[in-house]
Amino acid sequence: MATPSSSPAVPQAGAPGADAPVAGTSLWKDAVKRLRKNRLAVFGFVVVCLVVTASLVGPWIIERATGYTYDYIPTDPALVNAQPPFTAPDGSFSWLHPMGTDDAGRDILARVLLGGRISLMVGVISTFVSLIIGITVGATAGYVGGKVDEAIMRGVDVLYSIPYMMVVIVLLAFFGGRSAIGQLVLLFIALGAVSWLTMARIVRGQVMSLKSQEFILAARATGVPASRIILRHLVPNTLGPVIVYATLTIPSVMLLESFLSFLGLGVQAPLASWGSLAADGIQNIAVFPWQLICPGLTMAVTLFSLNFLGDGLRDALDPQMRKG
Amino acid sequence: MARFILRRLLVIVPMLLVVVSLTWGLIRVAPGNFYSGEKKLPAAIEKNIREKYGLDKPWYVQYGRMLANTARGDFGESLKYPGTTVNSILATTLPVSATLGILAYLLALVVGITAGTIAALKQNSRVDYASMAAAMLGISMPNFVLGPTLVLLFALRWYWLPPARWDGFSLHLILPVLTLSAVYMAYIARLTRSGMLEVLRSNYIRTARAKGLTERDVVVRHAVRGGLLPVVSFSGPALAFLISGTVVVERIFALPGLGNYFINANLNRDEPLIIGIVAFMSIAVLLFNLLVDVAYAFFDPRIRY
Repeated sequence: MATPSSSPAVPQAGAPGADAPVAGTSLWKDAVKRLRKNRLAVFGFVVVCLVVTASLVGPWIIERATGYTYDYIPTDPALVNAQPPFTAPDGSFSWLHPMGTDDAGRDILARVLLGGRISLMVGVISTFVSLIIGITVGATAGYVGGKVDEAIMRGVDVLYSIPYMMVVIVLLAFFGGRSAIGQLVLLFIALGAVSWLTMARIVRGQVMSLKSQEFILAARATGVPASRIILRHLVPNTLGPVIVYATLTIPSVMLLESFLSFLGLGVQAPLASWGSLAADGIQNIAVFPWQLICPGLTMAVTLFSLNFLGDGLRDALDPQMRKG
Repeated sequence: MARFILRRLLVIVPMLLVVVSLTWGLIRVAPGNFYSGEKKLPAAIEKNIREKYGLDKPWYVQYGRMLANTARGDFGESLKYPGTTVNSILATTLPVSATLGILAYLLALVVGITAGTIAALKQNSRVDYASMAAAMLGISMPNFVLGPTLVLLFALRWYWLPPARWDGFSLHLILPVLTLSAVYMAYIARLTRSGMLEVLRSNYIRTARAKGLTERDVVVRHAVRGGLLPVVSFSGPALAFLISGTVVVERIFALPGLGNYFINANLNRDEPLIIGIVAFMSIAVLLFNLLVDVAYAFFDPRIRY
């Protein structure tokens, strides 16, 4: 939609001037100010920070505090069965397992936090992969234009109509039988490879509207090579919408990973993600519902917060949208 | 208009050619085969199998045969379910997926448009915040968490509804339809809200108000038409996607839909079945997008083709 730096921002310029007598706030400072006023976005930001911190240090703390082994199997064999949240083996109240335990007696909170590491990693790294592909393709198409642009964008159209599940399955098959870590890296790449299409379109649109502006003309007139113009002048100016879309890509990629894990194609057994934990939980839904609900709800809350944060960022960076 | 539609229908042919060819190439370069399993087959048996399915022929012969099959609309026999044609699989699974998808989308349209319109009319009110938060929750809640939770409550705890299985047009449909439509409801509510907000500020709405129409007439007769344009363009791909089956919901509720077959076909490298389903899906996408463009002209009288 509208670019923060192009003409649609102009009619706005007169109005905020009245209540902001101090001159010289940058686009980014303005955006941060607007973001902080958006309570839902701040809430999202706080929750995301909490979840990230908990996933990073939580498992370590649990290990120290409870004396469980590194994979959270209780050392006491009497504990090897499923227990509801906040319940001791004898049925009394206990703080030991706030999310209960799974069939092997493993603490679900610890599993959820460990799974959070994987899920968040998938979200961030795959989004990064999709960013790189999307920006490269989109910027090239938008800057070069003409036949190249036409060919690239038709290609993107075709890729849109190829089911992403098929692409992911085929990509995952290429390196089958690797180690758990190898599988994970592959998952990052596969998920990134199917989620760059919209990013490419956004960047292309931005670049097209930017490239006819004077500063690009000036750069070209002084003999700056095309690759440098794209990297140093065009891409930095598309960052606003790109950051916004990337923030919204993270939850969607995490959701995609969880679907794959649900189908048994994603994160493999020794490792766990929120998706694979929830998928395990579904097996026991009638008897041990907390095994699904705890990881599922954690995931929903995190995605919810990420989405609010992304929405808030969009409103903050795009004055046109903010009115709506 | 007729010329526009005809031109768009003709585009389907090259699009289909490209999509089917790409799919075929992708399956061919992927490691693994429909007959390869845990154990490696003896060479003689493998040779026989390859001969039987024409895999010993040069690639262009196989490619040509696949194209000819696609052109005739007869994709041949499935490799994994011998004796069953791809077309018969499509014919039995499609009604399931289509019933589910269309019902879910209708529900999503009704709820989403209502919620979105109310939210837009009462912008920044409590109703607005509540419905937008609910919509965000709908987007963030994975299907496979929502579905089993609904089953747990309505089927296993209160015994109001059946938990799973396909039983034609019956109570069995309620939970899967609800699960499937949640995300779409949420998207439609958000699209409707932002579309309506934009339209409500436009000049023709001011004109409608100025000529003394009641607020109700302004909204129902003028604003809704323009405000729903984003929903209309969202509907094409969404419906095509819904009709071609949604694995997760099909797995949770044990429904014999297209999505499950598609995933299994991919895992089994069941080439005719994959090609058949992909061809069907891309035709569906193109047709629904065409339908959307036609609907656009109806919703926005300024558009001429």
